[in-house]
Amino acid sequence: MSPIISIANLSKTYEGGLQALKGINLDIAEGEIFGLLGPNGAGKTTLIGIICGIINPGAGSITVNGHDIVRDYRATRSLIGLVPQELTTDAFESVWNTVSFSRGLFGKSRNPAHIEKVLKELSLWDKKDEKLMNLSGGMKRRVLIAKALSHEPRILFLDEPTAGVDVELRKDMWQVVRELRASGVTIILTTHYIEEAEEMADRIGVISNGEIILVEETGELMRKLGTKRLKLELQDKLRKIPAALRPHKLELTSDGAQLIYTYDRHAQRTGITALLNDLGKAGIKFRDINTTQSSLEDIFVNLVKRTK
Amino acid sequence: MNWRAITAIYTFEMARTRRTLAQSIVAPVISTALYFVVFGSAIGSRITEIEGVSYGSFIVPGLIMLSVLTQSIANASFGIYFPKFTGTIYELLSAPISFFEIVLGYVGAAATKSIILGSIILATAGLIVPLQIAHPFWMALFLVLTAVTFSLFGFIIGIWADGFEKLQIVPLLIITPLAFLGGSFYSISMLPPFWQKISFLNPVVYLISGFRWSFYEIADVSLGLSLGMICVFLAICMGIIWWIFKTGYQLKS
Repeated sequence: MSPIISIANLSKTYEGGLQALKGINLDIAEGEIFGLLGPNGAGKTTLIGIICGIINPGAGSITVNGHDIVRDYRATRSLIGLVPQELTTDAFESVWNTVSFSRGLFGKSRNPAHIEKVLKELSLWDKKDEKLMNLSGGMKRRVLIAKALSHEPRILFLDEPTAGVDVELRKDMWQVVRELRASGVTIILTTHYIEEAEEMADRIGVISNGEIILVEETGELMRKLGTKRLKLELQDKLRKIPAALRPHKLELTSDGAQLIYTYDRHAQRTGITALLNDLGKAGIKFRDINTTQSSLEDIFVNLVKRTK
Repeated sequence: MNWRAITAIYTFEMARTRRTLAQSIVAPVISTALYFVVFGSAIGSRITEIEGVSYGSFIVPGLIMLSVLTQSIANASFGIYFPKFTGTIYELLSAPISFFEIVLGYVGAAATKSIILGSIILATAGLIVPLQIAHPFWMALFLVLTAVTFSLFGFIIGIWADGFEKLQIVPLLIITPLAFLGGSFYSISMLPPFWQKISFLNPVVYLISGFRWSFYEIADVSLGLSLGMICVFLAICMGIIWWIFKTGYQLKS
């Protein structure tokens, strides 16, 4: 499938000399949810800003649906909806007016039925006459999504869409995003909530210091880089790991109450059987046992550490 | 041309005027009425006529220009500064709309408001003092050109300003003194020769002179010079705006 967004050798240096992007190459397929992760200052917002037209591009090129974002900016921007990170709203406007304004700004004819549909999907219909200043943070976030969807975009950028949003609303938003994807909208999501990317994204891109350091399908990324940890809660605390168990490279928690064994669950031999045998031989008894999968957050932190 | 986007911006800005009717229309009209009371009645009773026109009638064009100048700047500067202040400017910059279309929407709305205001003041003045408009076409042309030019100027201030203080500083410290010293309340010929020469450095003199000529056929400078000066100022403002949007000054990093 040809990419709906294609970024080639994109670099950006701000006037102060800060090189925010260094030769970014990235293709985003139509209809996917792409999670863009990176620490603060990595270049996520600069990259999104350039694609959307908010920041002047530097070297390199970007095409959206085959159109150059500079030469054919009308064609590219009309395909894109942007939900910014900050809750930027016209405090004195009503929900209906601000969403209708966005549709007009993108050159679309009036369509009250579409605005009504978007507001209903985002549970904003009963607030349509409310001034934005009277809405909660979560509701304002929904209004920003409604504004971005008002002109029926094929690509939606969600820059930290659930920042500061409570858990319930966050899950509602995930549902909205899934429904949008089901309707064919391509979604590019930046987030600090790694579990959000893990839950939502088809592919993950990690950006650090202005460079894309990894792009991988989420499941594959978890499979390749994810590890499992076996935690053994001991019946009697240990002061140190017995010499007979050293080959297993165990970790002992500082309180001596847990032993942790890290392994690759896809390996042919995980070493668990041998470990349990050696623990029995060493006379170590345990009260409880559990395993945990390393999260995307762990993977992300390790990746960023490696690039520093 | 993205006419729907221009209409959206224009309608949005005009709706803001309706929401703030007292501030946008009523306040300037009351201020102008006060000028009539103070200058027209109190001082005007001591100055009977200037070049054959009663003092009350003489100051009408100047008062209209004073309001149109200041309100054009205030409306346009606030119109573009507010989205910058709240952050909603991202939507303008990411929309499929050219910079020319953005200017057309904001400046069109600001100029419309000023023209409506000028017309209301003119109608109000007609109730207080006898008025004649010798050249309605020229009167309308000067009104529209001034409203558009100073709305463009206000737009530049709104882009340049990075705080409310800067937004106010040019209108308060430069435009208001220039308007007061530009012959709103007197004829330049009433000044001593030295101050007459200094006054001709004030661009507002040319606007008020041309506008007053369209009413009473009396002017401090020729009609052609008045028209030329406003066109020069218009061209300068358009050039600056073209540069702002070409470079993204104060809008894009």
